[in-house]
Amino acid sequence: MPRSLKKGPYVDPKLLKKIGQINAVGDKRIIKTWSRRSMITPEFVGHTFAVHNGKKFISVFVTENMVGHKLGEFSPTRTFRKHAGQR
Amino acid sequence: MPRIVGVDVPAQKRIDVALTYIHGVGRLLSNKILAEAGVDPNIRAKDLTLEDVSKINVVIQGGYKVEGDLRREVSANIKRLISTHSYRGLRHRMGLPVRGQKTRTNARTRKGPRRATVALKRKAR
Repeated sequence: MPRSLKKGPYVDPKLLKKIGQINAVGDKRIIKTWSRRSMITPEFVGHTFAVHNGKKFISVFVTENMVGHKLGEFSPTRTFRKHAGQR
Repeated sequence: MPRIVGVDVPAQKRIDVALTYIHGVGRLLSNKILAEAGVDPNIRAKDLTLEDVSKINVVIQGGYKVEGDLRREVSANIKRLISTHSYRGLRHRMGLPVRGQKTRTNARTRKGPRRATVALKRKAR
């Protein structure tokens, strides 16, 4: 079931604050975050995030097409190499 | 056989069923379209007057995405997911279920017919 529209999109308050600061200054910095559950809002576009995948940070450059998705969707948590038989 | 929105040629069936032969139209949408066009759903498709056909055409073209347009939209959505390197795009590329289903068993719709595992085992030994 999707999130209630009444509540609006979920964005980590800390992350939102950071974005506000960076947008105000105007410099482009990589934002390190663990908040994979945060929705990407239009303010995020053009920034690069380092999104934690449980082990390391995957850098994600946010484009317009990504708005409405969660940050975690762009930082895969599993590695799949090959099945044993195919090696 | 009447033609409705382009190439679609439904048959001897009731018009509400015949319309479902259009890609993107199911029973619900079919009845909605007929109600909007003011056409009786109990009529057989062959008994439609030309006027009825054009009324149905106008309603569909005026407000619903069907056939080519719908297919194009769907494939564009998938392309978007792949090009943004999202998890869902990755699953589409690998031909695996996209919405978190298990893949230990089942998932045959996405993975296709079973591949022969016995032959592989023999080679390995």
